[in-house]
Amino acid sequence: MLATYLTAEVIQIKIEVKDWEAAVRAGGQLLFEAGKCTSGYIDAMVRTVHEMGPYMVLAPGLALAHARPEDGVSEVGLSLVTLQTPVNFGNAANDPVELVISFCAVDHESHVDVLKALAMFLREEENQNLLRNAETVEQVLGAFSAQD
Amino acid sequence: MKRLRIMTVCGFGLGTSLVLKMTLDEVLSNHNIKAETFCSDAETAVGQRFDLVITSRDMEKLFANVPEPVVVVDNFLSTDEVQEKAIPVIQKMMEE
Repeated sequence: MLATYLTAEVIQIKIEVKDWEAAVRAGGQLLFEAGKCTSGYIDAMVRTVHEMGPYMVLAPGLALAHARPEDGVSEVGLSLVTLQTPVNFGNAANDPVELVISFCAVDHESHVDVLKALAMFLREEENQNLLRNAETVEQVLGAFSAQD
Repeated sequence: MKRLRIMTVCGFGLGTSLVLKMTLDEVLSNHNIKAETFCSDAETAVGQRFDLVITSRDMEKLFANVPEPVVVVDNFLSTDEVQEKAIPVIQKMMEE
């Protein structure tokens, strides 16, 4: 399931960003380039953090960035960005963030299975470490296909 | 025994709160507790019918004026944290 969504074109490893906003934009850009959402969706992802707060940093070092289906989504999509230098989102408990997973959903149901697969994958600490430490996209892809 | 309605809340009710609901469902299942769990968004959450809220620190203030208990969780993937914080509250409520 994860390997179907998290393909090489939507993964970037160890990129350097200046702040959380650039990290979220990088994740959104991958969804946009893969044809999953509009460029307006990327802006909406950033706006969501500004307006709602950094609650989407849902575990130590890990952000799940997204906006709403009505912000311009074509189909369910996921992307993964890992950061060379961790950035703070303003979430005291879970900063700094090294892994940014972005997603776009078309409704409240169709992404549930893939998000469940993602949550099960991330619940294993060794999987999170693998993503954090990966030096190449291939290493990450290998982990996702091993999960399936 | 009372069957509780437990609500997880995030901004839009479709991402973060869904992950939290999955963690909660696993913890409840480990404890053989049958409860109704569902996600809600920040805008409509307060108007929902629920017995208990589980959410993030950011969202806690939404429930400042509701009588139902609010459990704040930092790590939404951690069954340990959800268990430690929510299960005592849930067990106490079920006994009432």
